[in-house]
Amino acid sequence: MSKKITYGSGIQTAFEYILENYDNSFIIGQGLWSPWYVGNTMVDLDKKFGKERVIDCPVSENSVTGTALGAALNGMKAIVVHPRMDFMVLASDQIVNQAAKWQSMLGGGIKIPLTIRSIINRGGEQGAQHSQALHSWYSHIPGLRVVMPAFANDARDLLIASVLSNDPVLYIDDRWCADLQEEETELKELDIKNIGPKVVKSGSDLTIVGTGFSSCQALEAGVELEKNNINAEVIDCRILNPFNPDLIIQSVKKTKKLLVIDGSWKNCGFAGEVIASVTENFTDFLTPPKRMSLKDSPAPTSKPLEEDYYINIHEIINNAKSI
Amino acid sequence: MIKELNNLKNPKVDNDDYSLNLLSNEKYISLLKKMITVRIAEEIISENVKNGLIKCPCHLAIGQEAIPVGMSQFLNASDRVYGNHRSHGHYISLTMDTYGLFAEILGKKTGCSKGMGGSMHIVGESHGFGGSVPIVSATIPVSVGAGLAMKLSNSKSISVSYFGDGTSEEGVLHESLNIASYYNLPVIFVCENNLFSSHMHISERQKFDSISRFADSHGIDYAVIDGNNIETVLDTSKKAVKLARDKRKPFFIEAVTYRWKGHVGHDDNIDVGLQRKEDLEPWKEKRDPIARLKNSLITKNALDEDSFLILNEEIYEKLNKEFAQAVADPYPDKEQLLDTVYYR
Repeated sequence: MSKKITYGSGIQTAFEYILENYDNSFIIGQGLWSPWYVGNTMVDLDKKFGKERVIDCPVSENSVTGTALGAALNGMKAIVVHPRMDFMVLASDQIVNQAAKWQSMLGGGIKIPLTIRSIINRGGEQGAQHSQALHSWYSHIPGLRVVMPAFANDARDLLIASVLSNDPVLYIDDRWCADLQEEETELKELDIKNIGPKVVKSGSDLTIVGTGFSSCQALEAGVELEKNNINAEVIDCRILNPFNPDLIIQSVKKTKKLLVIDGSWKNCGFAGEVIASVTENFTDFLTPPKRMSLKDSPAPTSKPLEEDYYINIHEIINNAKSI
Repeated sequence: MIKELNNLKNPKVDNDDYSLNLLSNEKYISLLKKMITVRIAEEIISENVKNGLIKCPCHLAIGQEAIPVGMSQFLNASDRVYGNHRSHGHYISLTMDTYGLFAEILGKKTGCSKGMGGSMHIVGESHGFGGSVPIVSATIPVSVGAGLAMKLSNSKSISVSYFGDGTSEEGVLHESLNIASYYNLPVIFVCENNLFSSHMHISERQKFDSISRFADSHGIDYAVIDGNNIETVLDTSKKAVKLARDKRKPFFIEAVTYRWKGHVGHDDNIDVGLQRKEDLEPWKEKRDPIARLKNSLITKNALDEDSFLILNEEIYEKLNKEFAQAVADPYPDKEQLLDTVYYR
């Protein structure tokens, strides 16, 4: 009998695996001893592995991230958790100016096994500062690996690969994915350098590309579209930086149609990056490529505005039919 | 807690001879050599900034040599020291690698950061120098993290964070003091209070002149000392290192000093910044950390003027040769640009 794994339990399993198998690993972040912050992804880790290695900490985002970086520079596999990406902006100096640049600035050869876990936690009328998906921002930065899993086994294996990497990795998971399930595969230690975008549904009529939760929406749309005899190929980007678009280019050469869905804003957003990367290599489209992003406003709180703000599955299906 | 300087805007820093009873005469001479090496290295850098051979921004710490030279005395290679934009002295005090520093500042492949860093991003891990960067407060939490790693791995190592008075105006110092204090981390915070942040005198920036008040408010033991007196620096750093190494607790040293050069580059900038015209000469004449140690050694008959001059000449000659070699060295290969973005 096959076993199901949820995205949230995949993250939990990865943390347990790392703490169990790597004595030099530890986790620091807000809310790690509390049931409120990180959902069902870090349950009782402190009880199982001790409060010395699973450290709930002051709200000091910048210093805590720098502390994790300093520990990573000194032989530890350091994991820092930001339960909301919005608050992680306060740590941008340590992420963008420090973690991402020390390798290059100091001439290379420096192991920096730092994993920054950031959660996109939006909806529920939480508003503009409890909602942001800033992966496009951080993917702009050379030296920072940006990982964004959409599916449960990837949530587990990409987190393990992030922690085992000798580069700073921003691992972004999405609260909207937490309860999604798939059949469990065997846990694997992967080399993050060898991971890239993945075809999650094969097809020949058009290519739909997503990042994080929008890949789940893309897959759901792809399944729906089959009922209309549209056979979409769905690709999940998974690794946003350094980004390797080869698989997407190959797919578009076959389908000649491209729809990109990304849950960040349009201007300088990741959807634009995907389309640009493809069109630099391929222009023989049957219809112009299209992107779907958030509306150009901060996230609202009021329920009907919020429903309108986020990308919904019907829009994806309609756009897929129209191109 | 030691506080002996009174008003830091005009600190009570005197020229009395040191008792020189902390170390052997030979050790004091070697510290003198180290201070002279730091001084001459920076003077050579200064000259070559002026003549245009060095292009990258160089923030010189001439006049501040006693602090890193004294601090480094009780550190070993497994400790980790982090600096800032003004870190030539921090680096040389630990590594004595003036050649690697020159080559780095010239952007050469043979530099301590393989020509990727210039003056502001230098590293010497095998000697315990973990790195310096110019975002002034950025290495403070990194030092705290080094301390956390040392605590978690039950090692006896400690970390040292050098920063200036201007850094206390950035918030991450306060976050980091709290974390180091609360988790009992073996970190020595060394504030080199040279009274200036760029062109701004401390009295133009803060209501109070003592940076150690922030240590006090986070429950960290501290000392405010004459940073141009190597004997005081040695005495305080010995205590701080012992506390961090044996008791696994942080300590905060506020070493008051004066920057002889302007914020960046070769110029004295006497017209830039409050009171500089009036203050610079007395600091140079009466409070020079090298002259003070030299005079004390001469009084103690451990050194004479002639041998001091010879020492200076020998170091100058050695460093000049190294600089010439660094000038002749190759630049990095173009491939190095992309080869150093991720770990290999």
